[in-house]
Amino acid sequence: MPTTRRQFLSLAGSVTAAGAIPIIALRPLEATPAMLTTAIRNIVGEAQIRTGKVKLDIPPLVENGNTVPMTVSVASPMTADDYVKTIHVFNEKNPQPNIGNFHLGPSSGRAQVSTRIRLADSQKVVAIARLSDDTFWQVAADVVVTLAACTEEIN
Amino acid sequence: MAALINAPAKAKRGEIIEIRTLTSHIMETGFRHTADGKLVPRDIITSFTCRYNGAEIFRADLFPAIAANPYLSFFTVAKESGKFEFEWIGDNGYSSTASASIIVE
Repeated sequence: MPTTRRQFLSLAGSVTAAGAIPIIALRPLEATPAMLTTAIRNIVGEAQIRTGKVKLDIPPLVENGNTVPMTVSVASPMTADDYVKTIHVFNEKNPQPNIGNFHLGPSSGRAQVSTRIRLADSQKVVAIARLSDDTFWQVAADVVVTLAACTEEIN
Repeated sequence: MAALINAPAKAKRGEIIEIRTLTSHIMETGFRHTADGKLVPRDIITSFTCRYNGAEIFRADLFPAIAANPYLSFFTVAKESGKFEFEWIGDNGYSSTASASIIVE
């Protein structure tokens, strides 16, 4: 029996549909820029976020996303009436947008915090400082990651 | 669990000093799978606090994005001789403490 055009098309269609299924399951879990915005709004509320005062030291290119050194510092006199209350650090594409919240006070002396973080992909890292007058200041940095962290398999 | 604390043993009154801490912890993110597809449950340190003679001087809320064996460096003003107390709290009832002494002249 000769194959009709209709039979051929229906066969081709079912092959395509079957072939498409495995692709969906492989997509890694990832935060989105919208989740980043939401996480920032959860902390900041409706307040305006200005650019400046905050400095984010993070390597622009990292080989291993499992341990990335990071230092956030804020230009502040750290006196009893002008100091940094908190430093919040966020990311754009890890499974979760939060990295850490660091609570300081006038007795900190210097508004600077260092830690080591994980980055699941090349992405933007955002640091936001809340000052004692409840103003918010931010800085962002782009980091390229060669070997991603977080979502790999373990044996 | 062992923690490494690096804080000056002596300081001048009013001096700004750096305190560095490192503690051993897997910081399992809760986003990883085993080879056969099972999700590895989250196990992280969620909170770190440093107290200086009883008063809180630094606190951190930590998330899975903090690397394994959390390292933290922060500053404080040397006000008086005494003790720094460090506390790490995490998932599954994890708790760990350490301390360091300082002489302020």
